[in-house]
Amino acid sequence: MPKSSHWTLLVVMTFLALGCSRKEQGSGGDNAKGASLSASTIKIGQTMPYSGPASAYGTIGKLQTAYFKKINEAGGINGKKIEFLTVDDGYSPPKAVEQVRKLVEQDNALAIFQPLGTPSNAAIRKYLNEKKIPQLFAATGASQWNDPANYPYTIGFNINYVDEGRTYGKYIAEKQPTAKIAILYQNDDYGKDYLKGLKDGLGEKAKLIVAEATYEVSDPTVDSQIATLKGSGADTFVNVTTPKFAAQAIRRAYDIGWKPTEYLNNVSASVGSVLTPAGLDKSVGLVTIAYYKDPTDKQWDDDAGMKEWREFMTKEYPEGGLSDGTNVYAYIAAQTLVQVLKQCGDQMTPENVMKQAANLKDFAPALLLPGIKINTGPKDYVLFDQLQLARFDGKSWVPFGQLMSVM
Amino acid sequence: METLLHQILSGLAAGGIYGSLALALVMIFQATHLVNFAQGELAMCSTYLAWSLIHAGCPYWLAFLATVGISFVAGALIERCVIRPVENKPALAVVLVFIGLMLILNSVAGWIFGYTVKTFPSPFPDHPLFGNTYIGNHELGIIAVMALMVALLYLFFRYTTLGLAMRAAAVNPDSSRLCGIRVGRMLALGWGLAAALGAVAGMLIAPIVFLDPSMMSGVLLYAFAAALLGGIDSPGGAVVGGFLVGVVENVMGAYVIGTELKLTVALILIVGVLVMRPAGLFGKVVVTRV
Amino acid sequence: MRKLALPALLVSACVLPFLVSDYRVFQLTLVIVHAIALLGLNLLTGYSGQISLGHGAFYAIGAYTAAILIDHFHVPYWATVPLAGIVCLGAGILFGLPAGRLENLYLALATFALGVSLPQILKYRHVEPWTGGVQGVTLTKPEAPLGLPLSRDQWLYYFSLAVMVVLFAGAWNLLRGHTGRAIVAIRDNPIAAAAAGIDVARYKSLTFGVSAMYTGIAGALGGIAVQFVGPDSFSFFLSLSLLVGIVVGGLSTISGAIYGALFIQFVPNIAGDISKAAPLAIYGVLLIAVVYVMPSGIAGAVNDVARRMRAFGRTTEARSSSKHRENQPGRNHA
Repeated sequence: MPKSSHWTLLVVMTFLALGCSRKEQGSGGDNAKGASLSASTIKIGQTMPYSGPASAYGTIGKLQTAYFKKINEAGGINGKKIEFLTVDDGYSPPKAVEQVRKLVEQDNALAIFQPLGTPSNAAIRKYLNEKKIPQLFAATGASQWNDPANYPYTIGFNINYVDEGRTYGKYIAEKQPTAKIAILYQNDDYGKDYLKGLKDGLGEKAKLIVAEATYEVSDPTVDSQIATLKGSGADTFVNVTTPKFAAQAIRRAYDIGWKPTEYLNNVSASVGSVLTPAGLDKSVGLVTIAYYKDPTDKQWDDDAGMKEWREFMTKEYPEGGLSDGTNVYAYIAAQTLVQVLKQCGDQMTPENVMKQAANLKDFAPALLLPGIKINTGPKDYVLFDQLQLARFDGKSWVPFGQLMSVM
Repeated sequence: METLLHQILSGLAAGGIYGSLALALVMIFQATHLVNFAQGELAMCSTYLAWSLIHAGCPYWLAFLATVGISFVAGALIERCVIRPVENKPALAVVLVFIGLMLILNSVAGWIFGYTVKTFPSPFPDHPLFGNTYIGNHELGIIAVMALMVALLYLFFRYTTLGLAMRAAAVNPDSSRLCGIRVGRMLALGWGLAAALGAVAGMLIAPIVFLDPSMMSGVLLYAFAAALLGGIDSPGGAVVGGFLVGVVENVMGAYVIGTELKLTVALILIVGVLVMRPAGLFGKVVVTRV
Repeated sequence: MRKLALPALLVSACVLPFLVSDYRVFQLTLVIVHAIALLGLNLLTGYSGQISLGHGAFYAIGAYTAAILIDHFHVPYWATVPLAGIVCLGAGILFGLPAGRLENLYLALATFALGVSLPQILKYRHVEPWTGGVQGVTLTKPEAPLGLPLSRDQWLYYFSLAVMVVLFAGAWNLLRGHTGRAIVAIRDNPIAAAAAGIDVARYKSLTFGVSAMYTGIAGALGGIAVQFVGPDSFSFFLSLSLLVGIVVGGLSTISGAIYGALFIQFVPNIAGDISKAAPLAIYGVLLIAVVYVMPSGIAGAVNDVARRMRAFGRTTEARSSSKHRENQPGRNHA
């Protein structure tokens, strides 16, 4: 290459070094007066897919930014303001690692709150545990986050997929002992965890599963899979798909004249963004598991928790969708973080944050279904131990039966 | 047997989806000799436009026509304003502009309309003909509309002076200019027509796959494969290519290799065919002159 | 003075890790990794004129080779890097054999397909015990050997830098010699090249292999640096980024790989800082802006400026720099 390139590169590198080291000095300064800073602010970091294939979840970070702003305006937590640093990782694990290192090493974040996605969380888990920085309420339903013995600084949030699948399995084994089950699932850990849970729950009856089909997120439709499952002669359909594919599957099954007993995973149990697109008449009789209130469900219109959430949405986060259940989820998670920080009192250390996250007792945000409470312990990193079965009656999800324990 | 029939018919329906976007790709190739990677995102944006019009109370067909018209103008404008500055630059620079456009359109659509899926109405009656449960009216409608578009494109390129001029401008811009063809105008026209075809494709596809900013990301690869399989210079070939891709993928996925690898195997088959027949099944074989 | 440029560059690259924090060193390591991958793709697309929309796949194969060797067979990390290169060389040649017969758009489709389907293959149930499915494989970052007083990030930076220097020197030699001329001849006129006795198919698949090897080695280093490999690390966006990198950096230039690497490493972060609402829109705008302002890439623009400055300073002297003029592939290459 021409010599001029070398010199130019040299100049570029010098600027790079100057630029970076200057920034480092800035944060070094922060470190020096770290004591005084941490007295007034609580730094919470987060990685979120604001771009890329999972952008739909970016609303979680946006809502939580608005929520912490509201908390700060009301005086903060124990007199301290939350400084919420949420950054884009594009759903790419290498980017997540890079951004988390920035949040931890340069911004001195106290904890990484709700990083989203199984792959990104898997990528940062080892690093955060080595650094002893809490990976707090990871926004993924994979079963591996409940491992306090090996990864004491990692705790999940969602109902995990294995537990949910197991609940359907147990229910089917009990109520439909002669069912012929067909399952459609996404070809990744999310889908496979469900399948594992379902088989677990069915126990000896696991041979009731007569057909399995998978799809990829890049598939335009799941029509072919539905035809295969119908052809298997199954009379029970477990639908483990994300919202768009769930809507397609429900509609397609109905349209080709397949009328099985249908179970729909919680991920897609939104009336507004799944069942309405699929057709409400085509969704009658679906069974799901719920743990929080669906904002598009008319039965909660006068509910106090829902009213508070709606008011928050219109005032603080007007660009967020009122029919998007993800916004309810994000709100509950933010409330849970606030609860943990309140419990921390004056001891705002990573260690104490983790201790308090594993010390939630009967915490019941108003958007959870009646009777469901968050409980954790030093050896129990599972937030939700109870689930509610619900059936769709053409308008709303109607809870039925007792609360079911996931264990 | 019934399942096989279902697989084939749903393959045809999927093929209709691939073929309709493939037509837009063929159109832009005919006009510019480039494949526009942002074509899917353009179609998605057009569909959002139609959705907004319908939600503002506009009747379906009026919204349909307005969207096709606006898309045509927008396509021509994009050519004039965004592509023109790099027209004579290396092809890869143009490809990069396509990639940039794709990212911008996708991101902006998500920003404005959000990422939750929306329903898009079908112009065809909901209740299937003769009570059959194999193929819906909308799927039949897609196939009919596509047949119509292919016929129109064929007539346009074959029998109109404008169509001939467009092809000439793409094949040999310099000679065309000497013959008095306004090459720049032809390029803009090609972009406009491709965007209009894409808009039709988007509005046909959206009722099936639902409307969201990534609705075309899965379809683009298949459409690209369909267009090349059929022959990138042949509108009819693109549609047949679409059907072939749809049916082969479904039948292979359901009976031979399972759903996990159906995309991979379908693509291997297509690339295999192209190695044997580099001009596609219906494409013209180009003999290179030294 | 111009003779001092390269040594000065190397010295400053060696000093850099002591001036900045570990986190920045980690980012710079990623820049080195990207630069190697981009050089690989540039050999194929810039010099040989074969477009690839799926080079992320070779990056992934390299990363997984390293990860599986370390995780299942306890091979030391430094040994996995050349092994990943060999595996990718083989994969590249195998893919290049049929792909060499395809031209332009068809090759674009074949590589596009490769880039999209590889992440799915990695999740396939029969390879899952090795690849770890979506959970991927987590790795440990190596310590500096021989008790060197370096942090793990600093050590990996130097290790990657050494690999990069070797590979860049190798590419420079390759392109200067007989092989390089043959490759460029095939790009500029395949029929004439064949008539001149160059085995076009062989050179094309060989270029594919060498290109894949470079990118695979980058993948292995990247996997070790990030300490994680998973299917989502190698989505189609990675392949697009690599393509963006070589064009923005400068096609058919070696220094362009470094400019391109800086672009794809830092510009998305800048875009994300500007806007949370639509970060990729900002990125897209910046991308198009760079193409408008510097259609032959940053390296091309730098060379232009340097040439003009020299011509300005020494108007009487013959323009010796013209021999450095670097080629641009013609319009018909993609």
